[in-house]
Amino acid sequence: MVEAHGLVKRFGDFVAVDGVDFSIARGESFGFLGPNGAGKTSTMRMISCISPLSGGTLRVLGMDPLKDGARIRARMGLVPQEDSLDLELTVLDNLMIYGRYFDMPKKVIRERAEQLLDFAQLTERANDRVDPLSGGMKRRLTIARALISDPDLLILDEPTTGLDPQARHLLWDRLYRLKQDGVTLVITTHYMDEAEQLCDRLVVMDKGRFAAEGTPRQLIEAYATKEVVELRFAPGEHEDVAPSLVALAERQEVLPDRILLYTDDGDAALAEVARMGHVARSTLVRRSTLEDVFLRLTGRTLVD
Amino acid sequence: MTAVSGAGAPGGTTLFRHGEDVTARRMATPMWLRAARYWGYQYKRTWRSSVVTSFLIPVLYLAAMGVALGSLIDKHSHGVDGVTYVAYLAPGLLAGTCMQIGTNDATYPVMGAIKWMRTYLAQLAAPLGVYDVLLGHLAWIAARLAIVVSIYLAVMAAFGIVYSPWALVALPAGVLTGVAFAAPVAAFAATQDKDSAFSTLYRFAIIPMFLFSGTFFPVSQLPEWLQVVAYATPLYHGVTLCRDLTLGQVGWADVGHAAYLCALVAVGYAAARRTFARRLVV
Repeated sequence: MVEAHGLVKRFGDFVAVDGVDFSIARGESFGFLGPNGAGKTSTMRMISCISPLSGGTLRVLGMDPLKDGARIRARMGLVPQEDSLDLELTVLDNLMIYGRYFDMPKKVIRERAEQLLDFAQLTERANDRVDPLSGGMKRRLTIARALISDPDLLILDEPTTGLDPQARHLLWDRLYRLKQDGVTLVITTHYMDEAEQLCDRLVVMDKGRFAAEGTPRQLIEAYATKEVVELRFAPGEHEDVAPSLVALAERQEVLPDRILLYTDDGDAALAEVARMGHVARSTLVRRSTLEDVFLRLTGRTLVD
Repeated sequence: MTAVSGAGAPGGTTLFRHGEDVTARRMATPMWLRAARYWGYQYKRTWRSSVVTSFLIPVLYLAAMGVALGSLIDKHSHGVDGVTYVAYLAPGLLAGTCMQIGTNDATYPVMGAIKWMRTYLAQLAAPLGVYDVLLGHLAWIAARLAIVVSIYLAVMAAFGIVYSPWALVALPAGVLTGVAFAAPVAAFAATQDKDSAFSTLYRFAIIPMFLFSGTFFPVSQLPEWLQVVAYATPLYHGVTLCRDLTLGQVGWADVGHAAYLCALVAVGYAAARRTFARRLVV
């Protein structure tokens, strides 16, 4: 569906995307992860033929984005980072207008709109203006709108950023259904739980390059241990404790508020900590997540 | 929800047929026309208020200044340039209204479509390209001008101040005048980040032009140095062209007026292609 080699995006002197290669197969759900400014959105905008590439090659749906932008976008659904809904029109009108951009007959749009409103759980709001809808509803409408043309490829740029947990879970459920239906999804996100839920395969982007790629499981195996032990000590105490714990784990991370021990057997490590006579204020043994991978690869320092 | 919950059900769902039916008729309507269609859809909701600003106000002007003030002028100086004042004023107001509509529709709506409502961005996410977005918007402005000019000419006919079949050509002439403003103004609007420049544009260009470009009185009434400025303004050419047509005093000079306006459309459109692309394709 998408094939990129040495893809580059420059804005003046600034290199947003610095020569990346990837390929996305039909029916796959592919994620771009990364902190803000990592180049995710620039990559998405190139795939969606909105932003011309500065270097490398890119094929989307077997076509060239520079020459066949319109034909590619006719088969693509795009959910941009910021909603571009017409706030003064009704929910249904927004779908109608968008369908007309694809030159679909009104009757067909109306039929699909009905199904999509059902899918997006917006049926009761069909004739309400968009402006007063909640963020989650607007987001679901944007996704429904992107699906109006029955696209082969759905591109979602940070689909759930800024939504409350309920709204996010509902949206994930909807996206999961799309995945089940065989729609190819390309998603950017900086939420690890989102990536774990939705992506078959993902890349971690940092400073315009891919820091890692694979399935969520592969990434965890490659860049984290099976389990993580989190230890909290009294303030000031853990700098003293930390050196003695190094041997207990494959990798140790000392944070201002806690110590993380990366190990394949968390309980054993914890028992060992207790045997050494350290009394932690709280302890937690958990499975490694993509978040651990992400933070390891992109660092803990705030980027912006 | 049932439509999609058939996930994994044999035969798939009705929602995702992956391209058969829905796509069958795509690509038939030109892209720019699809963009223009959007603005028409919008207009259906707001036409009432726009009728007031773009049509009722000039008609009130026509009644107050053309008829009431005009009778005074006609009594004292036997009309203007050999016709009654209302017949002289009406085509001037027509062109002036076209200028205002063209300018109005190319300022806030263009900025809004870039920054506030992001309409252009929605269109660009659909199959439309940046030139389609621009051309569609200008085409819509032209269509709206055509509606207003038609009604206006009908009112003029009712006032009995249409003197020649040439008046029919005043329809495209009025549209041309409006677009001659819309195209360059859209080019300018696409470079702006704030709307503050628009009121400057009005204060220092549009309103003075409206008052001094031969709309209300012959340019020859102005001091000589100002006459030169007035002759150079696009509105002067729009006003004179419309006036010659409704009064039936058509001459070769009108070809020149039309050519001037056409040139402005061409230059404005070329500039707008550049500024739109620079703003929207990054």
